[in-house]
Amino acid sequence: MANPSRIETQVLIIGGGVTGTALVRDLALRGVDCILVEKDDINAGASGRNHGLLHSGARYVAGDQEAAVECRVEGEILKRLASQTIQDTGGFFVAVEGDDERYIADFPSHCKRSGILVHRVDVAAARELEPALSPHTIAVFEVPDASIDPFRLSLESMAQARTLGARLMRRSRVIGFQREGRRIRAVQVRSMQLGEDVWIEAAQVVNAAGAWAREVALLAGASINMTYSKGTLLVTHGRLAQRVVNRLRPPGNADIMMPGGTVSIVGTTSTRVDSLDNIYPTTAEADLIVDEASRMLPALQTMRFIRAYSGVRPLVGSTGVADGRTASRGFALFDHDVDGIDNLATITGGKLTTCRLMAERAADLVCRRLGVAAPCLTAITQLPVAPECKWTEPGHAPREWMRTGQAETLLCECEMVSASAVDTIYAALVAAGDTPTLTDIGMRSRVGKGACQGAFCAVRAVAHLYQRGDFQAQRGLDEIIDFFAERWKGQHSVLWGEQLAQAELMEALHCGLFGEELRGDDMHGLCPPALNGKVSP
Amino acid sequence: MTHTRQDTFDVAVIGAGMAGMAAALFAAERGLSCIQIGNGGGILFASGLLDLMSIHPLAERRKWGFPFDALAALALEQPQHPLARIDATSVRTAFNAFVAALGKAGLPYAPLGKANSDVLTSIGTIKPTYGVPRSMIAGVKALAQRPPCLFVDFHGLREFSARQIVSTLGDSWPAARFQRLQFPGTEAVPELYAAHLARALENVETRARTIDLVKPLLGDAQAIGFPALLGLEHSVEVHAAFEAGLGLPVFEIPTMPTSVPGLRLLMALEAAVATRGVSRRHHSTVDSIVFDDETATIGLIDSPGGERVVARTVVLATGRFMGRGLVADRGHVSESIIGLPVHQPTSRNEWHQRDFLDPTGHAINRAGLLIDDSWRPLDAAGNPAWPHLFAVGSILAHQDWMRSKCGSGLAIATAWAAVRQITRQLYGDCDKAGEP
Ligand SMILES: Cc1cc2nc3c(=O)[nH]c(=O)nc-3n(C[C@H](O)[C@H](O)[C@H](O)COP(=O)(O)OP(=O)(O)OC[C@H]3O[C@@H](n4cnc5c(N)ncnc54)[C@H](O)[C@@H]3O)c2cc1C
Ligand SMILES: Cc1cc2nc3c(=O)[nH]c(=O)nc-3n(C[C@H](O)[C@H](O)[C@H](O)COP(=O)(O)OP(=O)(O)OC[C@H]3O[C@@H](n4cnc5c(N)ncnc54)[C@H](O)[C@@H]3O)c2cc1C
Repeated sequence: MANPSRIETQVLIIGGGVTGTALVRDLALRGVDCILVEKDDINAGASGRNHGLLHSGARYVAGDQEAAVECRVEGEILKRLASQTIQDTGGFFVAVEGDDERYIADFPSHCKRSGILVHRVDVAAARELEPALSPHTIAVFEVPDASIDPFRLSLESMAQARTLGARLMRRSRVIGFQREGRRIRAVQVRSMQLGEDVWIEAAQVVNAAGAWAREVALLAGASINMTYSKGTLLVTHGRLAQRVVNRLRPPGNADIMMPGGTVSIVGTTSTRVDSLDNIYPTTAEADLIVDEASRMLPALQTMRFIRAYSGVRPLVGSTGVADGRTASRGFALFDHDVDGIDNLATITGGKLTTCRLMAERAADLVCRRLGVAAPCLTAITQLPVAPECKWTEPGHAPREWMRTGQAETLLCECEMVSASAVDTIYAALVAAGDTPTLTDIGMRSRVGKGACQGAFCAVRAVAHLYQRGDFQAQRGLDEIIDFFAERWKGQHSVLWGEQLAQAELMEALHCGLFGEELRGDDMHGLCPPALNGKVSP
Repeated sequence: MTHTRQDTFDVAVIGAGMAGMAAALFAAERGLSCIQIGNGGGILFASGLLDLMSIHPLAERRKWGFPFDALAALALEQPQHPLARIDATSVRTAFNAFVAALGKAGLPYAPLGKANSDVLTSIGTIKPTYGVPRSMIAGVKALAQRPPCLFVDFHGLREFSARQIVSTLGDSWPAARFQRLQFPGTEAVPELYAAHLARALENVETRARTIDLVKPLLGDAQAIGFPALLGLEHSVEVHAAFEAGLGLPVFEIPTMPTSVPGLRLLMALEAAVATRGVSRRHHSTVDSIVFDDETATIGLIDSPGGERVVARTVVLATGRFMGRGLVADRGHVSESIIGLPVHQPTSRNEWHQRDFLDPTGHAINRAGLLIDDSWRPLDAAGNPAWPHLFAVGSILAHQDWMRSKCGSGLAIATAWAAVRQITRQLYGDCDKAGEP
């Protein structure tokens, strides 16, 4: 590393979640030159591990009116301008016997106070519309909740930013800052694949690292008061309802069920954690969610779950919040003046629903500092559809398959992912100068997301990529192993019933037959009889 | 030997996986009257390879070249393992009998020696096993010697890429080449299934056209590998025709389930038990077993041949979660038919490791039925649940067949040992057929 290369740009954005990608798009639309660096992949953090609820705001009406209004306004904007990422399912708030009568009675007026459309639905009529609702339901209200695909949102925001000249560096981790007085002169970024460092010299740096924002700020010599809350979600095999179903009570555990394509997502939990490492769903969390959510939707007691996942919410404390720029209790924007840095900002907290607004506020600050007068365009500009980004949507691939007359080779039968979908995704990544992995493809498609959890389609996708010459030597086998290691984190907590049998089949295939657990330098050698007995590694 | 509904069978085998099939086969060979209940779904998933024992202890990933040495080590270090309860001679006898029956049913295996063989799999890994189908044995030799070799596959076979195998072997087999071909008559078909191609190759003309496609590609090849699809019922004939037509050793490579070798195994085992006079209820499911002093009455559902079967002994070969012998809710694993106690970890939290490929394996896979020395499952007090109930195969506790590579061995050897015990119990020291 005698002479690490240096790159220049106007704004460096750290973190490729919904906030960072919304920000890079916002700035690119204002004509600002940006680089986004992401240590893993787009939406590797909370943005890929959330509920996907585009909040109407109703959840917050009693406790946090400001957040409720913010959600309502932002939800309306996204429904208008990013409709391809949204399924406007509508939502029910449902109370069951034993829930707080007072909260139920106040709910409609609280919604109205925040401008949220609400109407009471007769319980019997609601149960006809959504037969999965509990017979112990005592009150139902309808609100304009919707479901949003955060992968597609981030991928398409990034795609548009790129067409405007922005650069994305995946698997590039910020590991240090070079200061010069009150300024950051350069940011040290390590390529996780090559192990090489580059220095990025930017006039302004924005830390959009979500729960990692504290760590990143510390590297720059700034401090943020932050604690972490882990949330876990379960994915069912089969769709439970047409609408989002929320529990009508103050926000608590396991009170949201989100339908999406052929699955439903139920959760979440909230546990304080001290570290961002080793975050995975536990059996206790899975049990808690099943027991609690089945009070609204009793079928969950016997439903099959295909996987679980956990994300971390950054909880930003009040001390250290710089000044009046803190837009709301929902998210936090720090200008780091008090830390003695003039060209760093941090934008964190908030919600998926409000990511556009968060980006706007951060971009306003950056542009003010840069002397750029261009206004924010994201509240009035359509998010363009990017063809390579459409495969994340559950149900898209089957429709496409029906449309093309079924003359396509399917690599995944659970989710009907075709070979050409994999090719499109692969080509788009390569065109961006990347070396795509199987996990990358899984993130951008439904590969591995069906009931078999990739046991079959991962093998087919790898065979397909070897056949095309994209994978060589041991690479595809390494990729299969990495892919399952990653998927397994979300599986082991929900393995009972039918899904346990599925996991057994997966292991019978990948260990029993393929012996993947034996791979490694020592084991790859043969074991001819001439060796006379045992071969020890 | 035909049995009507009223008959009392010597043995009722519940399950038609590897273990159930082996039990029915051995029971019939010993002259016991036998009825078998259950479908052969599990075998369809098998690879055709008959594992005995390769990896022990799991945590060390120690790989054994000689399965019987591995079993001897196992007997010392893990005496509770079901395979540690059977002497080597019996294991050998059982395997030989099983493989002989398969051979007679048209599915020959290479002669069983002392050593394990390394077999190349369809994804390019190397899998140690014991019993190798004759159609795959040239591959074992080729893998050991690595001569110039051609790997062939077909457009539309989604889980098999010859290029993947060659690429994965890389420098370790520089003289390996690959070629993808269009299977005759499948030009417009985007997806092909190995079983269809296997069936198609039983047609002499299609076979000849396929061989003609390969011939010009041979070059300096000294062996040729294909995905395992060279014939179904007549795989011996198809394989021989390929070797004769190409003039070289031809070998099959085991593929992802459901595979052609799995289908062949199922067909051969069904034929083997049928010719030995075993009564079968393929489509039935057992939902109860009621024991009295002398017999067991087995309640069936979906049974065209009657609702009840009466037998003097019962062999439970219902497998694990996939087979449905064991079922699990969120807190507990149970045995599915009679609720026998299941040895298991104390909570679900301990069922699985955090790492899928953790070398020690997942604790849930060692859950199962505990047995006495006569293969009788134990009740909660640790005594045999019933004197005439036996359990074999993967439902047994204290084993992890997927990691040890002992699936078929466990099925075959435990079935053999339990049937021997049953014969003794019913007919004294000698078996009914009069053999020792
Ligand atoms: C369980 C759960 C459920 C939720 N459900 C909802 C919901 O239904 N609706 C809703 O509106 N909101 C929801 N949220 C909130 C929402 O997910 C988050 O607000 C949002 O995803 C935050 O996005 P972000 O881009 O700020 O952070 P993140 O998505 O966490 O992105 C930060 C990125 O920074 C990268 N990074 C970190 N350190 C570095 C470094 N040193 N160098 C380079 N890159 C780095 C990370 O890899 C990561 O990709 C939920 C959150 C959780 C945890
Ligand atoms: C993916 C895969 C790869 C494999 N690869 C190999 C390999 O490489 N080498 C090898 O040696 N072996 C392999 N095997 C086979 C393996 O050895 C056997 O599947 C395993 O030993 C289990 O056999 P089993 O007979 O105990 O159980 P199963 O095969 O699960 O059979 C259980 C049987 O019981 C029946 N049953 C259950 N409950 C009832 C009921 N109530 N009424 C009636 N019937 C019932 C089921 O229908 C089934 O027929 C593989 C298996 C799989 C799944």
